[in-house]
Amino acid sequence: MEKKNKVTFGTIFFSILSIIWLTPIFIVLMNSFKRKAYISRRPFSFPTGKAFVGLQNYVNGMKKIGFFQSFGYSLWITVASVFVIILCTSMFAWYITRVKTKTTTALYYLCAFSMIVPFQMVMFTLSKLADMLHLGNPLGIVIVYLGFGAGLAVFMFCGFVKSIPLEIEEAAMIDGCNPLEIFFQVVLPVLKPTCISTAILQTMWIWNDYLLPYLVLDITKFKTIPIAIQYLKGGYGSVDMGAMMAMLVLAIIPIVVFYMFCQKYIIEGVVAGAVKG
Amino acid sequence: MNTKSMKKYSPIFVLPTFAAFTIGFIIPFIMGIYLSFCKFTTVTDAKLVGFSNYMKVFQDPTFVHALWYTALFTVVSVLTINVFAFTIAMLLTKAMKGTNLFRTVFFMPNLIGGIVLGYIWQLILNGILGYFDRTLTYSATYGFWGLVILMNWQQIGYMMIIYIAGIQNIPGELIEAAKIDGASKWQILKNVTIPMLMPSITICSFLTLTNGFKLFDQNMALTNGAPSDKSQMLALNIFDTFYGRTGWEGVGQAKAVIFFILVAAIAIIQLRATRSKEVQQ
Repeated sequence: MEKKNKVTFGTIFFSILSIIWLTPIFIVLMNSFKRKAYISRRPFSFPTGKAFVGLQNYVNGMKKIGFFQSFGYSLWITVASVFVIILCTSMFAWYITRVKTKTTTALYYLCAFSMIVPFQMVMFTLSKLADMLHLGNPLGIVIVYLGFGAGLAVFMFCGFVKSIPLEIEEAAMIDGCNPLEIFFQVVLPVLKPTCISTAILQTMWIWNDYLLPYLVLDITKFKTIPIAIQYLKGGYGSVDMGAMMAMLVLAIIPIVVFYMFCQKYIIEGVVAGAVKG
Repeated sequence: MNTKSMKKYSPIFVLPTFAAFTIGFIIPFIMGIYLSFCKFTTVTDAKLVGFSNYMKVFQDPTFVHALWYTALFTVVSVLTINVFAFTIAMLLTKAMKGTNLFRTVFFMPNLIGGIVLGYIWQLILNGILGYFDRTLTYSATYGFWGLVILMNWQQIGYMMIIYIAGIQNIPGELIEAAKIDGASKWQILKNVTIPMLMPSITICSFLTLTNGFKLFDQNMALTNGAPSDKSQMLALNIFDTFYGRTGWEGVGQAKAVIFFILVAAIAIIQLRATRSKEVQQ
């Protein structure tokens, strides 16, 4: 009897805590329907009567920052970079794990080392180098992401490749497969869970990344969503809080949708990343 | 594996990642170290000046202030995030209706990016402080606790997931055995659960520590250092030195090198310290 009561108490306690946890998002959502002047003055009042402006903030905000364009750039950069990172680093990791020479060992440690180097250490030189090599566009930045994101991805793949028994690959080799066929037909399917985990971690990083694209991209032309939101704040003297709130909501929606569909993988990815790290 | 036949394929397997890694990391890193000893504005006009950039770093009061502010913030946020995440994980691994839903909710803020997070909390904290005729930028103390709240909201869910995975890995027999031996709840927590969770504690404190130290987006969006750079953290201080003060690029790079050494040293010391407490299973 006592146990049952406790369980109910726990559920009630966490239900209340969960509601509090989500309140910040609801407050932003609520304010996105309010007239500018009412937002800063009374952020906690409901959008009723004179304060309510319908979707006007959304229309304004989208016009100001070209939301659909930014969304497109963000989506393209994230999807392309994650795809390239997964493909290239899994091949790289498999090779340097299977072929043991001084060079490949050095490469492994170099990748592990790069994980603890903060972005500020390389940001200035990286942005100049990217500029010299004309990588300041949505295509070139994929190479930059592959380079800077390689450390974690290689590290995670290497950890997993080590646990694959060699026999399967040797059997394929005796059957006359070349290394490319072995990798794509035998190794990659086994690596699938690690691919998903790595992809999730990289997606969360690249989609939300502000500083790297800000410094590398030609931001007069290409603004990702975080850049566009920061621009809304910086570029217009007094901030249009209405547009700001609406754009915050639009920035959160894709994330929530992504989370709803991939929740299982996201949580597995986080745990896998933690174990490997 | 036949190494010889593999080596023929090395250009396909190794080259793409290696080339990108060279552009994205190796060259910028080496150039970064070199440039920290130079005076320059555009990389190509660099002139060696020895250690003078490093001297200037420590004579710069904003850097020293940012260093202490960051250190204090990191300590507070590591403690609060881990204590809350651990407590919630402990409670949510008990049999209870709705645990999955609660986990989903707590993890959610983690997916929102730093810039967006900063503006969400700016609205809310300014709204609350408004009742007392204050704003976030009134003093660095408000900015400090604002950031602590923000980072707790963002990271508790992430750390909670790692702790939950760790708790679920503890063999049930261990706890049962301790119960039979007459251990109290507190004793079980202290002598069984926490020692068994050391790997999770290692990784969570590592992540919160480095995240706290390297924090940039949230800091920039929430207060951007206001009032007068008093709520500025190290990463933002370095950014401002590079892009806010002409002629200070070399000093900015020297700061970045110091920052890198600090982050690396802290990460290694922390890993050593908590790893040594892990028990072998």
